[in-house]
Amino acid sequence: MSTTETGNSSTTESAVSGLDYEETQLTLAPPGGSRSELERKRGFSEGLGLSLETKDFLSGSSDEPPISGAGEPSAAKAQVVGWPPVRSFRRNVLKSCTYVKVAVDGTPYLRKVDLEAYAGYQQLLTALEEMFTCFTARNYPNERRLVDPVNGTEYVPTYEDKDGDWMLIGDVPWKMFVASCKRLRLMKSSEAVDLAPRTPTGCITAR
Amino acid sequence: MTYFPEEVVEHIFDFVGSHRDRNTVSTVCKAWYQVERLSRRTVFVGNCYAIGPERVMARFPGINSLSVKGKPHFADFNLVPYDWGGFALPWIVAAARLCPGLEELRLKRMVVTDDGLELLARSFPNFKSLVLISCEGFSTDGLAAIATYCRGLRELDLQENEVEDHGCQWLSFFPDSCTSLVSLNFGCLKGEVNGGALERLVARCPNLRSLKLSPAVSVESLNKILARASHLVDLGTGSFAVDHRTDVYHTLMNSFPKFKSLRNLSGFWDASPCCLRAVYPVCTSLTVLNLSYAPAIQGDDLIKIICLCFKLQKLWVLDSIGDKGLAVVASTCKELQELRVFPCDIYGAGTTSVTEEGLLAVSSGCPKLNSLLYFCYQMTNAALITVAKNCPHFTRFRLCILDPGKPDPVTNQPLDEGFGAIVRSCKNIRRLSLSGRLTDQVFLYIGMYAERLEMLSIAFAGDSDKGMIYVLNGCKNLRKLEIRDCPFGDIALLKNVAKYETMRSLWMSSCDVTLGGCKALAAKMPRLNVEIINENEETYEFEENLSDRHKLEKIYVYRTVAGPRNDAPDFVWTL
Repeated sequence: MSTTETGNSSTTESAVSGLDYEETQLTLAPPGGSRSELERKRGFSEGLGLSLETKDFLSGSSDEPPISGAGEPSAAKAQVVGWPPVRSFRRNVLKSCTYVKVAVDGTPYLRKVDLEAYAGYQQLLTALEEMFTCFTARNYPNERRLVDPVNGTEYVPTYEDKDGDWMLIGDVPWKMFVASCKRLRLMKSSEAVDLAPRTPTGCITAR
Repeated sequence: MTYFPEEVVEHIFDFVGSHRDRNTVSTVCKAWYQVERLSRRTVFVGNCYAIGPERVMARFPGINSLSVKGKPHFADFNLVPYDWGGFALPWIVAAARLCPGLEELRLKRMVVTDDGLELLARSFPNFKSLVLISCEGFSTDGLAAIATYCRGLRELDLQENEVEDHGCQWLSFFPDSCTSLVSLNFGCLKGEVNGGALERLVARCPNLRSLKLSPAVSVESLNKILARASHLVDLGTGSFAVDHRTDVYHTLMNSFPKFKSLRNLSGFWDASPCCLRAVYPVCTSLTVLNLSYAPAIQGDDLIKIICLCFKLQKLWVLDSIGDKGLAVVASTCKELQELRVFPCDIYGAGTTSVTEEGLLAVSSGCPKLNSLLYFCYQMTNAALITVAKNCPHFTRFRLCILDPGKPDPVTNQPLDEGFGAIVRSCKNIRRLSLSGRLTDQVFLYIGMYAERLEMLSIAFAGDSDKGMIYVLNGCKNLRKLEIRDCPFGDIALLKNVAKYETMRSLWMSSCDVTLGGCKALAAKMPRLNVEIINENEETYEFEENLSDRHKLEKIYVYRTVAGPRNDAPDFVWTL
């Protein structure tokens, strides 16, 4: 998706976020407000006790771009006590709603799994195995694959991350995976050749 | 009227039902006060610290139904510390001594203990109904006591309580002779449930009309229960996910068609889309549907079920329904009165959720809509103005824009005009929650137009003390005002102190009120309890030395005839 015309590339970027750089800069005033800081006795960010240096409180990854689905600076949407006003009971039941769709190449239906329900990759793969029954897991040195014993087709578990890229499961630490995974796809091995395995790191071993 | 014998006056008062009306007739003259107090059967105490239990029961010795509320509403959002108060025991103890005929007890946001429940169970031979909402402090042992000793119990309704799990046997404590249950709701329990005991209990209670199960109740158990309870009107399913290739699933699919009376459906904990199909046969008669605990059900599946529910009056869903799903609600549910849309993804950015479009659609499609709770990522003034025009009958309007202080995204303006239109158009509005970017102007509108407003919730809004003053000087029916993170200080607090005696309570947190301001308020108004909730350990050790200019994190002000309470923890100071 590279653009050579410089004019277009900046509009592409701002088309994605809907905002240009100035607007996404962190300030103490609420977005779009034309009032100065002095007018408001206690701005929202002050109420949070936020320090503008620490941008990583949200997701643990400090290179998170200030782009959110709603096209707003997301730093201010941090954990304010009691906000949003949802009862604890409901919060606990819904947790962080980390349900993601699971697709299997060659089958027409999708399933959903709650990533928060698993402690790590091994449990997730076991659950996928159960969900699609006939598959059995086969551990390769650096990856995990699932096999359909009926026809011997091998599937590679992959996921789409927040940037829209398709990645092999197992490369990043589990919690990072849970935070960035948008959906899962069991891809036929034959199609997975383009997803070259990453350089093995310590984190792909079972936890 | 003074020449009528008391029995006649009493008979006339039988037709005076509402608490407010009865309170009013009791103030007419001494004779009426006497007749009224002796014939009163139901008492509602909106703030357990406004009056002592003995005084209530001495005045109304004949009550058989008591309803008491404890903690302030913001306790729901963890703004009130855990052991602030709201203890139920004094009320149970007093009732055990003074009102042994008690039949119904309803408690909300109170601390209830197992000892209290056991005392309750043993003290009232005619006890019929226990409703606990957002309470805590008890365990399944307390429930076992209720089951054991309340002969003739008709209703046990536990809504969203924090209940400690001490095992699943409490259900077995209902004796075989217990056949009187009409309503059983234990949806909030987290622990295992004894399926066999539950099934037997349901089987022997022919009058059971309302049954709400907890997530631990399996589909298999549900199937057995449904086979025995075909007269149910109100069902909360337990767990609602099972593999579609199993017999259990097939039985589930065939369980619902026979329910002729089923009108309310809820539960659906972790429901899967294929299991949801089981309820399609009853959708056309449903009046209440709560799918707000089923995050796995996405927009398209929600649409499939909603387009069958054309008699729906109350719908609770997650925002995964999307604007598209709300458009289907608008075109299908012409009888809709209440809509609640909860956020599925509380901390995230939210890609599929609802916007002003969804609300607009529902407002134009559902002419009977009068109660709304709507969590969304954005709202525009234009949409609110149109909603106000479409739906002048709102009595409850709660809008929560998830990004605090967010303006109209189209015009970048505050939402003053939008909310102003709502209060101007909806003359009967009783409850209002505001959000988004708001200036003092919106409060001017509220003070001017919201004559029937009783409860107002404000967060991250306003520019100056004027905002709060507009509300206190207007809104003549205001009973509860709760404010967080607004720039309102002592000037606003002290402008209209008499107002607080006409209200149940005022909550202010993360505002600009100071210790000096609160001291002044307490001095002027001896019949108010001005409570300061100070969780900052550093300062409460030195309370004597705190300057009057010290800003207070949380205050709770309420009228009372009981004086300062004697059960306040260390971190609560009553001035």
